[in-house]
Amino acid sequence: MSAPTEAKEPLITPEMRATIGVEGRSTTQEVDRTMVRLFARATGHTDPVYYDVDAAKAAGYRDLPCPPGFLGTPIFNPGAPRMDPTAAMGPQPSRPLRRILNGGTEIEYLADICAGDVLTSATHTSDLEETKGSIGEMLVVTSKTVYKRDGEVVAISTGKLIRY
Amino acid sequence: MAVTWAEVQEGMSIPELKKNCSTQQLVVWAAASGDFYQIHYDDGFAKNTGLSGIIVHGALKNAFLGQLVHDWIGNTGRIKKYGCSYRGMDFPNQDITCKGVVTRKFEENGEKLVELEIWTEMADGKKTTPGTATVVLP
Repeated sequence: MSAPTEAKEPLITPEMRATIGVEGRSTTQEVDRTMVRLFARATGHTDPVYYDVDAAKAAGYRDLPCPPGFLGTPIFNPGAPRMDPTAAMGPQPSRPLRRILNGGTEIEYLADICAGDVLTSATHTSDLEETKGSIGEMLVVTSKTVYKRDGEVVAISTGKLIRY
Repeated sequence: MAVTWAEVQEGMSIPELKKNCSTQQLVVWAAASGDFYQIHYDDGFAKNTGLSGIIVHGALKNAFLGQLVHDWIGNTGRIKKYGCSYRGMDFPNQDITCKGVVTRKFEENGEKLVELEIWTEMADGKKTTPGTATVVLP
């Protein structure tokens, strides 16, 4: 975490700092059997609990459980503007950063999530950090998405995006 | 058989999970995850962005690590938390080996917990996706 060596102004503007903690628009994710099966198949899971409702129930689940990493599918809206990952982040850094890398992800589970569940989620920026690495100056944006089912928090995912 | 907390020892390795993605698997993953970025299925597009070719989705490697942990704990255990960092690229038709080592065994709030280091490894041993997991075991 070295400070910029040149006398450049910080990448992170006060307007960006002001977005920390501000909850974004709420979105709805459906967890359905077909998508649980597709996600499990795409990963290569072999445990029948992800495919066979009877096997899932025999193992103690209400229905097909979400495989690790799956938190439902956002409802597609053809009228919605196309997702632009930079636009979605609100105020922009003092110098343009055109490239994005997914730095990492972590999910904390507070309850089992199964097919039939409908989750609502909202994302907020939880941290902004600027640093220099082998790829030049970088902005690391940490965001948290809180997933709720009937008002109860069932999962929290934390993601890091690296803009450079 | 699913593992129990009593059987776990710090420092022990968990069974490996071997993967080798076809480009077809990446397309199935694109549909499953909703990540349709072309660098994961369009070789020309990937090369135009400066990559040597199609690369494996980071989130797919994260899902592989989830399977690694799930296959170890079965359905009597529960993943409490898990994740990884994307440190290096992996490519289709190359071996990706998922591995894990128990780093801590403890009890907290009445739960029997185990922490692990988990990662994906290329054929030359380079760890491209290091992460951690916390699981609850019976």
